Amino acid sequence: MKVFVPGDSAAISVGADDVAAAITKIDSSIEIIRNGSRGALWLETLVEVETPSGRIAYGPVTVQDVSSLFEADFLHGGSHALSLGKTDEISWLANQDRVTFARVGIIDPLSLDAYCAHGGLLGLRKALELSSQALIDEVTDSGLRGRGGAAFPAGIKWRTAAQATSDQKYICCNADEGDSGTFADRMLIEGDPFTLIEGMTIAAIAVGATEGIVYLRSEYPYAIAILQKAIDIARADSWLGKSVLGSAHSFDIQIRVGAGSYVCGEETAMLESIEGKRGVVRAKPPLPAIEGLFGKPTIINNVLTLATVPMILAEGAAVYKARGVGRSLGTQVFQLAGNIARGGIVETAFGITLKELINTYGGGTLTGRPLRAVQIGGPLGAYFSTAQFETSMDYESLIAAGGMLGHGGIVVFDDTVDLAVQAKFAMEFCAIESCGKCTPCRIGSTRGAETIDLIIQGVRVYENKRLLLDLCEVMTDGSLCAMGGLTPMPVKSAMINFSSDFTGAAR
Amino acid sequence: MKYSPFSQEAALGLLASLREEKGPVLMALQLMQSEFGYVDKACVELIANFFNKSRADVHGVLTFYHDLRTMPPTEHQISLCVAEACQAVGARELELAVKNKFGDEVQNAYCFGNCALGPAVMVDGKLIGRASLEKISAARL
Ligand SMILES: Cc1cc2nc3c(=O)[nH]c(=O)nc-3n(C[C@H](O)[C@H](O)[C@H](O)COP(=O)(O)O)c2cc1C
Ligand code: SF4
Repeated sequence: MKVFVPGDSAAISVGADDVAAAITKIDSSIEIIRNGSRGALWLETLVEVETPSGRIAYGPVTVQDVSSLFEADFLHGGSHALSLGKTDEISWLANQDRVTFARVGIIDPLSLDAYCAHGGLLGLRKALELSSQALIDEVTDSGLRGRGGAAFPAGIKWRTAAQATSDQKYICCNADEGDSGTFADRMLIEGDPFTLIEGMTIAAIAVGATEGIVYLRSEYPYAIAILQKAIDIARADSWLGKSVLGSAHSFDIQIRVGAGSYVCGEETAMLESIEGKRGVVRAKPPLPAIEGLFGKPTIINNVLTLATVPMILAEGAAVYKARGVGRSLGTQVFQLAGNIARGGIVETAFGITLKELINTYGGGTLTGRPLRAVQIGGPLGAYFSTAQFETSMDYESLIAAGGMLGHGGIVVFDDTVDLAVQAKFAMEFCAIESCGKCTPCRIGSTRGAETIDLIIQGVRVYENKRLLLDLCEVMTDGSLCAMGGLTPMPVKSAMINFSSDFTGAAR
Repeated sequence: MKYSPFSQEAALGLLASLREEKGPVLMALQLMQSEFGYVDKACVELIANFFNKSRADVHGVLTFYHDLRTMPPTEHQISLCVAEACQAVGARELELAVKNKFGDEVQNAYCFGNCALGPAVMVDGKLIGRASLEKISAARL
């Protein structure tokens, strides 16, 4: 008898470990599989039972519900107040188009057998048959763009690194996932770590790299533990190591843990941090693909970028790019967060509207109060109002609307939010996290927070608003990286879309 | 959380395990903290000498990263996410209440990747979703 109780840290944060323990306590013969989360986080702890007609779900289950689940004979799919029917038929999940997240929540994350039974390693085996050129062409042709925020075409970056000659090249996976409202990297690593390892191995074969590093934030201790186990398993299985799956390629992966710095998610600050130094941003050029980690050619890609590559190779670039709109091809793993009734992972083709994501999937606010603002793309992303709900969720449309997609996080606020306070926070966060290299970012952010404070207090509101806009311009134009360069985005979008919060009058 | 008492000998023994690492300074500081609970000020010179760096190099790294602390930690550690997604579900109010009750044990954090089940709090390394003062108090025991 197989029962699935997610081992994802979000599920654990609302009691999944206790639920698993309570089930075992009642019947220790039950095999409990700690799968990843299906991504419907509002249903956690989502317990599933394997039955002849498929997996049946119950949720959200708390430890107090366990004995009544047994009474209802949940082991055979019996009906209960928390019954959700067949997991695959829950519309919130069924309507999604899971590609990168295809296996997350379905398999035991640390079972190589389960991984292979669900299409794992097909991409890597294909890659081993292709020339480096053909492999990179396939990735370029898929239209895959970096999912970390900058949306740079992955294949072009790979080509640059492949063409560089060097005795040593590196693959660095950016798993710093610093944006508030984003958790897809974490969930992929906790729910299907082999996919990331496979993607990194393919990248290594493509450019001739022998060493991989995953830079993983210290705030993710559960993900660090799972990924380390997965790496050890892949090594024991001769997938990682001197000869990748019996080929002439050698590749191994090491985890480096971050130390609580947001700017270390910026790729060159990340390289400095991996080198053990202060996370100060480097000027480009040289491009990391030519002169990166320890001065060697280095591919830096986000977790989702790398984790999507195996599927692209297994199923072909054409299948992937058949999804999406314009130059935003394939699927995006959206993350619904903040004050939202049905939060979690929604993977779907680019081009869905913001409204569909928030209303149809998200079900409005958690508090039930009117929705007022949505921040898209992390702390450097814009605040949108409900007037912009028809915006198509793709890279170009969001830029046209004055925002950016970033890593795909969507944070919802109800009508108690004060956008002047949010704008002030954006400046404060920049002051805390600035690497300190550029004056507009290091000092401008503090001055910005002070100026917004004056506006909130109603002091010379008109003059201070002009001063703030001027400061934003200096930060945008005078910052080396997007930390200082994009902090004005949440500030200015709040001023434009929620001007009534910047009048100095108490709300 | 349990940590070993700091001693130079123990520290040197640990540093030896990093001899083969490239760019070891941050790792060395993290290792000191995970073993002793904090980075003792004597570690700066130890690490500098061991890896042939200047003390300024090591001090620079030590003071850059928010995770690293130079004082022994309180018995319990409560890290509270105060970033946007948690703000949207009351993290600001929770922050006041938690700091009022637990004082020095509390530090701010920016995102545990639990943004659909906020407010998110880490209590002694354990992640709590939909956190409240009651849940935090219970987890702290
Ligand atoms: C301040 C700042 C923080 C960033 N944080 C992250 C991050 O946490 N994760 C990430 O993948 N990219 C982050 N980026 C983007 C990276 O610099 C880089 O573009 C990305 O890792 C490249 O991978 P991709 O092409 O696969 O997206 C950040 C950028 C800036 C300016
Ligand atoms: S903009 Fe800010 S974070 Fe970026 S390099 Fe300049 S000072 Fe550093």
